[in-house]
Amino acid sequence: MQDFTPVSALIGGAMIGTAAAMFVVLNGRVAGVSGILGGLLQPARGELAWRLAFLSGLLLAPLVYSTFGGALPPIALEKPLGLLALSGLLVGFGARLGSGCTSGHGVCGIGRGSARSLAATAVFITTAVLTVFVTRHLVGV
Amino acid sequence: MFVAISSFAAGLLFGLGLVVSQMVDPAKVIGFLDIFGDWDPSLALVMGAAVAVSSLGYSFARWRGMPVLAARLEIPDRPELDPRLIAGAAIFGVGWGLAGLCPGPALTALSFGPWQVLVFVMAMLGGMALFTIVPSSSPRTSADRDLSQRVDA
Repeated sequence: MQDFTPVSALIGGAMIGTAAAMFVVLNGRVAGVSGILGGLLQPARGELAWRLAFLSGLLLAPLVYSTFGGALPPIALEKPLGLLALSGLLVGFGARLGSGCTSGHGVCGIGRGSARSLAATAVFITTAVLTVFVTRHLVGV
Repeated sequence: MFVAISSFAAGLLFGLGLVVSQMVDPAKVIGFLDIFGDWDPSLALVMGAAVAVSSLGYSFARWRGMPVLAARLEIPDRPELDPRLIAGAAIFGVGWGLAGLCPGPALTALSFGPWQVLVFVMAMLGGMALFTIVPSSSPRTSADRDLSQRVDA
């Protein structure tokens, strides 16, 4: 467990939770990134602006962080392109079919005590753990 | 207008949290998922803290009955599990495990990560577009469409 970073994990997690809390208290909505992004593909009337605004905030966060002197973490993504494309395809399709991803089900859904979200989170963590086991320990990608 | 501003602020704070917690780094996510290797429990703490704080927000929003800036709460309330939920989550998990990226961190990493992140994001949008042609489980009327958007987490 040499890579364990409990303090930054708790602080960052509390920030994510605060963002989700303010989003439901102010706007009355679930801060689920796949739902907000996916909704752009078939936008309902009057829903374009707030979706784009939320996503702009996500995109600009690293810029704001580094402007105020924060050191951005390294991003290691040394995977074959075909694997990355397959991964993105499955993530995008699966999140829409399952009505949510790590933010919508994992944070917001469990936070509001949804049995559906708890089940979805248990399922996607299980299949992700199995996938990592197969790719890392059996195949070695 | 205020709805867009608060959406931006929420997205920004969400992204900052992903940066601070290092969840934008796929290696950090894979480290959590690799329970048979050198396990890094950080993601569990991120999720635990996020759930603890967001649950206060959901309790307050429910107690208040309506949001501050919008007309009504759009919180999903379907109780039942269905095959689409489970299949979707299973597919999502396989994709998540393959690269260690999910939608929030992928978008946040776009601006400062390697260009490969863009490949992932384009493919993810492709997957979401593919979903729009999947037939709905029930006859699709405009009312159903409203409902399905509301139950989207």
